[in-house]
Amino acid sequence: MVDEQVVIIGAGMSGLAAGIRLAHFGKHVLIVEKHRIPGGLNSYYWRNGRRMDVGLHAVTNYVPVGRKQAPLPKLLSQLRLAREELDLCPQRWSEIRFPGCTLRFSNDIELLFSDVRDRFPGQVDRLRRLTQHVEAFDDKRLDVEPGSARQVLREYLSEPLLAEMILCPVMYYGCAREHDMEFVHFATTYKSIFCEGLARPRDGVQRFIGALVKRYKAAGGQLRLGDGVARLDVHGGRVRGVRLESGEELPCDLVFSCAGYYETMRLCSDVKEPPAAADLGRLSVIEAISILDRPPADFGLDAAVVFFNDAEQFPYACPSGPVETGSGVICCPNNFERHEDLPEGVIRSTALARYEDWAGLGDEEYARAKREWCERLSTRVESFAPGFREHVLDSDLFTPRTIHRFTGRLNGALYGAPQKLRDGRTRLDNLFICGTDQGLVGIVGALLSGIWMANLHVLARS
Amino acid sequence: MGEQRIRQIVLDIISLVAPDADLSNVRDEVPLREQLELDSMDFLDIVMELRKRYRIEVPKEDYPKLASLASCVAYLGPQLQGHA
Repeated sequence: MVDEQVVIIGAGMSGLAAGIRLAHFGKHVLIVEKHRIPGGLNSYYWRNGRRMDVGLHAVTNYVPVGRKQAPLPKLLSQLRLAREELDLCPQRWSEIRFPGCTLRFSNDIELLFSDVRDRFPGQVDRLRRLTQHVEAFDDKRLDVEPGSARQVLREYLSEPLLAEMILCPVMYYGCAREHDMEFVHFATTYKSIFCEGLARPRDGVQRFIGALVKRYKAAGGQLRLGDGVARLDVHGGRVRGVRLESGEELPCDLVFSCAGYYETMRLCSDVKEPPAAADLGRLSVIEAISILDRPPADFGLDAAVVFFNDAEQFPYACPSGPVETGSGVICCPNNFERHEDLPEGVIRSTALARYEDWAGLGDEEYARAKREWCERLSTRVESFAPGFREHVLDSDLFTPRTIHRFTGRLNGALYGAPQKLRDGRTRLDNLFICGTDQGLVGIVGALLSGIWMANLHVLARS
Repeated sequence: MGEQRIRQIVLDIISLVAPDADLSNVRDEVPLREQLELDSMDFLDIVMELRKRYRIEVPKEDYPKLASLASCVAYLGPQLQGHA
């Protein structure tokens, strides 16, 4: 049916990608986005005349021009986007720092192998075999068996510290579950970081969003900003219409939602019970953004991304207080290629946080908590960049509450619910989930999710 | 419509669907999948673009008829009659 009316909830990466596919092939598509700026979790805002990026640290899955059959070129061709439009700059290198041990990795996996050879005698061939296993694993199938990443790592690597160090970036960049990771998600994320690599659009996330919105509109899609979906009218197992927060009612034949599974179910007119807390994601973060009067390399911070952990065990769990600063991720946009001429230095530091400690605070308490934790996180980061705090021009902190406010994610859960809906189906015939709760996370993951779900449920079927 | 024109139509669509593919030396009788590393997503897109641009419906059971350039020309020829 060419005249199908499709409503997409949310102009995040997955919604825009699904929208581009469907609009390009003749569907009437409307994306409804609550926020005034598209992008969802990966977006930006203005503060004191500067554009502050949120979400995007680095784009994973970077491969050089000419390497085919990888997710990045695939998604570009599916979206009919030219690679130049994203202006991706590869990282120089990144680091995993644990007590007494640092491993570097770059977009050439041999750097990781070489550091592992030096630091962990006898392990490099094991890591190579793990890599082969991951590369041979078909992570695109819909019906994958459940499996534990930690268990597979134990089978391949006999040095526990190395297994923890490998898990650290992979979990930070792709795991919605506490403590352990589904092996299929581990495989996808491992490949995206270590076998492919990290890059950054030269002009930040705005470049990405701008390119997607332009493409979507050129394909005939409509975008409504600053208006959310208030209710999905459900009758007889189907969504019959959508009511917006502005009061407008729209008929629709199909709905794609990137608002999250439970978040979407709560919009359904026939649902009375909110989801059980146990099913919701609990992993959220704070992120401090520090603008400096000089590049971070002047303080010894010359890696693109630093994944740190203060203990030999990498816990990856919702903290027992507002923030856990014993582990985190530090990203320096200046340390990507062709970023030498950025006018200012930027350090973005992220640590796991607990939503409930932030949710109930009054305005003043909230402001005080933000200052306090920005300070404490900066103190932690200072051990990697001594002296940087005297050169901070401006700083800001976003919290689990910010994530909830701008993305609608319950608990401010960065990667959504722990249980993913791999085929995107819901109990309603014409309502599909894409994005985070479908199972693919990160910018490239979200874009692929939107493409995949649009293909599977609409284009391959018609 | 001439065979050369149909061949060009197919190549134009492939260049859109797989912009990295080297189309300078495509052999007519060899399956496109083998020569150009096309996968099922790419084939879906070729079919969808044929529909979008030329209103040609290719049912699933006919997908094998798009396997090579020569078979594309044979299959699409009659359907493209009437297009300039």
